[in-house]
Amino acid sequence: MAMYNDKVMDYFLHPHNVGEIENADGTGVYGSPVCGDMMQITISVDKDTDVITDAKFKTFGCGSAIASSSMATDMIIGKTVEEALNVSNKQIIEELGGLPAIKIHCSVLADHAIKSAIYDYAQKNNKTYAGLEGFDPNADDEEQDDSPEHI
Amino acid sequence: MRQVYLDYSATTPVKKEVLDEMLPYFSEKFGNPSSLYDIGQEAAAAVAKARGRVAHLINADTNEVYFTSCGSEADNWAFFGVTDAQSAKGKHVITTEIEHHAILHSGEYLSKRGIDVTYLPVDHEGRVHPEDLEKAIRPDTVLVSVMLVNNEVGTVQPIKELAAIAHKHGITFHSDAVQGLGNVPIDVKDMGVDLMSFSSHKIYGPKGVGAMYMKKGTRISNYLHGGAQESARRAGTENTAGIVGFGKAAELAEQNLKSHIKNVSSLRDYFIEQVKKNIPDVIVNGTMDGRHPGNANITFKYIEGESILILLNEKGIYISTGSACSSKSLAPSHVLTALGIPVEMIHGSIRFTVGDFTTKEDLDYTIECLTDIVKHLREISSVNAEKGW
Repeated sequence: MAMYNDKVMDYFLHPHNVGEIENADGTGVYGSPVCGDMMQITISVDKDTDVITDAKFKTFGCGSAIASSSMATDMIIGKTVEEALNVSNKQIIEELGGLPAIKIHCSVLADHAIKSAIYDYAQKNNKTYAGLEGFDPNADDEEQDDSPEHI
Repeated sequence: MRQVYLDYSATTPVKKEVLDEMLPYFSEKFGNPSSLYDIGQEAAAAVAKARGRVAHLINADTNEVYFTSCGSEADNWAFFGVTDAQSAKGKHVITTEIEHHAILHSGEYLSKRGIDVTYLPVDHEGRVHPEDLEKAIRPDTVLVSVMLVNNEVGTVQPIKELAAIAHKHGITFHSDAVQGLGNVPIDVKDMGVDLMSFSSHKIYGPKGVGAMYMKKGTRISNYLHGGAQESARRAGTENTAGIVGFGKAAELAEQNLKSHIKNVSSLRDYFIEQVKKNIPDVIVNGTMDGRHPGNANITFKYIEGESILILLNEKGIYISTGSACSSKSLAPSHVLTALGIPVEMIHGSIRFTVGDFTTKEDLDYTIECLTDIVKHLREISSVNAEKGW
């Protein structure tokens, strides 16, 4: 497909980390089918080292939403929670070698789904992270979405 | 890799017989139809012959057919030409929520120029109710425009009945018949329309040619100004080769109309039956009662249309989707929205259109690929039949 580069296509056609971790340490869901994209990310965290040992995703959405989820889970596995919180949608796009301008919001969704999963983990384990300051997992999509075209 | 084209409502390939008739008019018989010497008049005769063929297909008089550059131009002409010519009578236009953007965006433009535009709703089958038109008519209404066949769900509108209502109130009636030409019988006299838009590339003719049927006496201003081509109604040197191609395509469409409708609808029905048999949680949008013979618009629940489109493309299968993600505006299909289909279902909707070159083997291959693709995407999806939306 001319609209996506080879790397995005590869991550869409052969996605990594598809599925749902049983008894996950943190679960984050972001977006909704009404908006056209909904991502669920589940994570396993080593509580002693705070390292994310596994991450899986399930996504309802377009090619770039699936590719972004796949890339985002790849990027956080092996990172500490604090490091994972620093993963921005910009970095996800860079790792994918770029997304069409109109699809930028898909990477924003992946970024927020990760933060939501970590927020869930933090809540359950009474932990606080600088990277979660001011983050509200239930905030309205449109406020979180920095793509003005997403209507 | 096998290629299966299932998007005949987007465009059609030019048939060989059509191309063969067109070719001499590029380099050999290149004269300007307005020139008085032989090669000019030879081109003029070819344009006249094509006009006769298009007129015959729709049961119009030959001099009531005007060639344009595309269907969109004819739609724009109807909106701007009628509201301009009848501005003293009023400033109100009635159309529907499910028109092509050539109509909707013409309406939006007119609204900025002080003209009121009413958009009639449709029912869940995609049909306009005549009583809604009756209620929307005002003393200052100058134009009613309702498409003959919808491009996304294929619903055929009761044009004859709607045109009669408009005429009862002395209002000009236009219909965008771009998707209808060659797919449903069209008799402009019986339907009673004043204006009708057509396009060549939807009936196995070339792109870049359209036509407007204009009943004698219709009050409409010119839209494209310049030379005296098209009986001084539409300026611009004729696209001779394109017009010749449109004419030949119209002749073939008329000869093949019955067999085309029969073959294409039987393939389409087979496809829908196989999809329902092989894939759970699907919904056929629109109605099977009065539908474009080749159209199947299907929602695959719990997954998104662009993903399906890309994976089918990987298999050489070409279709289109009403999903917001595949559109440049990120807005879901206005047609499916008007039918009252929930947005999450619109995101998973695919339009398949079969045509004259589709075979049963093409459809079997498509079903096989589609079954696997839908299963795969549902495994990835965060929503499913158990969880619900």
